Amino acid sequence: MLGVIAAGGVIGALARYGLGVAFPHPRTGFPWATFGVNVSGCLLIGVLIVLVTEGPAAHPLTRPFLGTGVLGGYTTFSTAMVDTQHLWRSGAAGTGLAYLFGTLAAALAAVWLGILAARWWLGLRGRRTA
Amino acid sequence: MTVLLVALGAAVGAPVRYVVDRFIQARHDSLFPWGTLTVNLAGCLVLGALAGSGGLPGWVATLVGIGFCGALTTYSTFGYETVRLVRERAWLIAATNAAVSLAGGLAAAYLGLGLAESLGR
Repeated sequence: MLGVIAAGGVIGALARYGLGVAFPHPRTGFPWATFGVNVSGCLLIGVLIVLVTEGPAAHPLTRPFLGTGVLGGYTTFSTAMVDTQHLWRSGAAGTGLAYLFGTLAAALAAVWLGILAARWWLGLRGRRTA
Repeated sequence: MTVLLVALGAAVGAPVRYVVDRFIQARHDSLFPWGTLTVNLAGCLVLGALAGSGGLPGWVATLVGIGFCGALTTYSTFGYETVRLVRERAWLIAATNAAVSLAGGLAAAYLGLGLAESLGR
């Protein structure tokens, strides 16, 4: 179990790192890469949980691997907070606030959207088991 | 090399998150996601300290910051747990989770930064 979670975590973290390298932001700029990673990760976890709990039976390690592992390694709460702290300390208070609350709002909306989308898809397929 | 450091840090961070979460949830069986809050705040403390440790070699920031803290903490689980609480009509707990996570995370980051800077003097 721990090995599966570690493997997933590595995959998620490398994806996050890659996106951070591909989309760097200036010192006082909006941290788009981390924002994108966290919001997309939230969309995906909404989809994943619905598929695993309401869809056709999946392998029992699916959720630990993809959810705890990949998405847990992909998204990051610490970077989001320290990014905010850095913006505030650099004098970009407005950007920091926009980033802090913007991430929260977008992330929660993304989870919700992921749940709705997955349920809609399962409904289309006639595969809802719950 | 950088890729290996990220991978190594994450390979430790993700399982630690899982173990800590299960340990805490087993002892505090409530609706409130104490486990996720704990790992998220701990990660913010460490990353904040890292941010205040300018003298450390770059590989430490990669291994511990991007790898370990990035995998230890999670926005997706936090987001899902908050939304689930709302869907279960536990509005106050959901709002508290969001507020405490954000405020606590920032406080931990500043605490870490302060500790690192005072130790660095």
